[in-house]
Amino acid sequence: MATETIATTAEKRVTYLNVSHTVKSWLLTLDHKRIGLLYLFSISFFFLIGGIYATLIRLELITPKGDLMTAETYNRVFTMHGVVMIFFFLIPSIPAVLGNFLLPIMLGAKDVAFPRLNLLSWYVFMVGAGLFMLTMINGGIDTGWTFYPPYSSIYSNSQVTLAGVAIFITGFSSILTGLNFMVTIHTMRAPGLTWFRLPLFVWAHYATSLIQILGTPVIAITVLALALERTFQIGIFDPKLGGDPVLFQHMFWFYSHPAVYIMILPSMGVISEIIANMSRKRVFGYHFVAFSSLAIAVFGFLVWGHHMFTSSQSMYAGLVFSIISYAVAIPSAIKTFNWTATIYKGSVSYDTPMIYALAFLGLFTVGGMTGLFLSALGLDVHLHDTYFVVAHFHYVMVGGAIIGYLGGLHYWWPKITGKLYPEVWGRISAAIIFLGFNLTFFPQFILGNLGMPRRYHAYVPEFQILHVLSSAGASILAIGFIMPIIYFAWSIKYGAPAPNNPWTAVGLEWQTTSPPPPENFTYTPVVNTEAYEFEHVEEIKQAGSGVNG
Amino acid sequence: MAEHTEHHIVPIKVYIGVFLALMVFTALTVAVAKYDLEHIWGPLNIIVALTVAVIKATLVVLYFMHVRYSSKLTQVIVVAGIFWLIIMLAFTLADYAARSGWPTQLGQ
Repeated sequence: MATETIATTAEKRVTYLNVSHTVKSWLLTLDHKRIGLLYLFSISFFFLIGGIYATLIRLELITPKGDLMTAETYNRVFTMHGVVMIFFFLIPSIPAVLGNFLLPIMLGAKDVAFPRLNLLSWYVFMVGAGLFMLTMINGGIDTGWTFYPPYSSIYSNSQVTLAGVAIFITGFSSILTGLNFMVTIHTMRAPGLTWFRLPLFVWAHYATSLIQILGTPVIAITVLALALERTFQIGIFDPKLGGDPVLFQHMFWFYSHPAVYIMILPSMGVISEIIANMSRKRVFGYHFVAFSSLAIAVFGFLVWGHHMFTSSQSMYAGLVFSIISYAVAIPSAIKTFNWTATIYKGSVSYDTPMIYALAFLGLFTVGGMTGLFLSALGLDVHLHDTYFVVAHFHYVMVGGAIIGYLGGLHYWWPKITGKLYPEVWGRISAAIIFLGFNLTFFPQFILGNLGMPRRYHAYVPEFQILHVLSSAGASILAIGFIMPIIYFAWSIKYGAPAPNNPWTAVGLEWQTTSPPPPENFTYTPVVNTEAYEFEHVEEIKQAGSGVNG
Repeated sequence: MAEHTEHHIVPIKVYIGVFLALMVFTALTVAVAKYDLEHIWGPLNIIVALTVAVIKATLVVLYFMHVRYSSKLTQVIVVAGIFWLIIMLAFTLADYAARSGWPTQLGQ
């Protein structure tokens, strides 16, 4: 972190945080920055809930016998873990928190294109979340987060319809966010900010918005169809009523596979920012990284059938889906190689965000490469529905999406709060998360390959050592996740005031004050350089060492 | 955006014309429902119903939703949405089509 001395001024500067203090001013705010914070608190709550379910899963799996809970309870616990983490944490995480906060600032705009829709998206999210809490209190659901019929539509005695309605509603908040971002990027860029001067964070969010807008309606209609079948016995998916369960899988994965890119693409955007600024180099192959985001968004829609290789899906469809799944690895690899090339010969500083970025590179590579195992038609028959799949998607979703989210949260925390977090603790917790994560999920690759099926609460004794390792890792991981919550909260009260540009980074967000004024900029920013232009670092340093009151 | 046509005023005649067309197609749907077209050609029932539905939806999107008078960018977005729907339907139907009548194992 930069060590410029920070003078204090007597005059109090108006920021988006201190402009008003009433509860009403927060609940009815149209400021994208405040809405981002509303989302931050909401999804952090759900992250904790999802974490509690994860803890229960790992506790149960310490012993081979199902002695902590019954199989039925366990079904509910892993389902709730999945649904909470995916629909109420991961999907909104980076776009709704960091995206909401940063996107307009990165564009040099005062707000998003539709501030009221932005607030509405949070309320819609909260209504969906509230209904899901109701589901939780009523015993939750036991179908797995994938809701496969005919179990979910006919046989399950849990709150499937209520959960379906909750997800249906929450989907609209995602659509509204995507719509807002897309229009904002198209219409509200600062003078001189051409498409190829945009930070890669913005490109990643553009690609994410594309998926949110095009994909989310499909999951909405799918859960609605499920609810119709369950409530009115209309035959859509249940063979007994003349439906086809594989049709559900097609429709479900048409959204839910691209949905993993909703979770990972924004994280890739964060990593681009961190790596460029912490290596003090322009992202190598900027255009390729930008277009690879769009390629992932487009190709991501053509691979859903790889979740269905062991269903009655036609072998020929499987072949096509398998080949395209391999193809989607190309844009991901382009990004990974280009980030590595960016670091090469850069002036790298190993602050907390960079540690997260480096962790991302390693973990996402493992997660991505094991995805190729699963898109191989033959090998997937062996690995399908085993812990190998569980390990693979946790490497992508935790090792990729959450690591990126945490890296971004650390990187922009001084901008968001105007306070510096304790750097040493940041590095320690990042290291703990990296170690804990690998200890939790690496044994699961081996477990899966040995034949441990997912979603079972009991297993053969031979697997115990690997499960104990995994549970031990989970407890370390939990400590790593709790630490930032504590020191972030601490920093709000006791942290040193942050300079405007603590990382001497480039980008419009570092040119405004920390925290920004309600209107983001007191002047209209004009952009006349490319993104990540480090030639004029000294000028930036001087402009950015401004003082906060 | 190049063409700023947000405030295009559509003559009332056009709305009435579109409304009447929609009514005619609704009447057609009802009329056709009384006959079973399956004995002429297997899938004809579905083809007629879906053709009518697509024409009606297109009229609504073009005129009532003003897409015909919108900027090129909006039109591209609409076409992209339809294209994505086609992706979903085409890939899903390709699976169903390849399930029967095709060899289930290669090399035999």
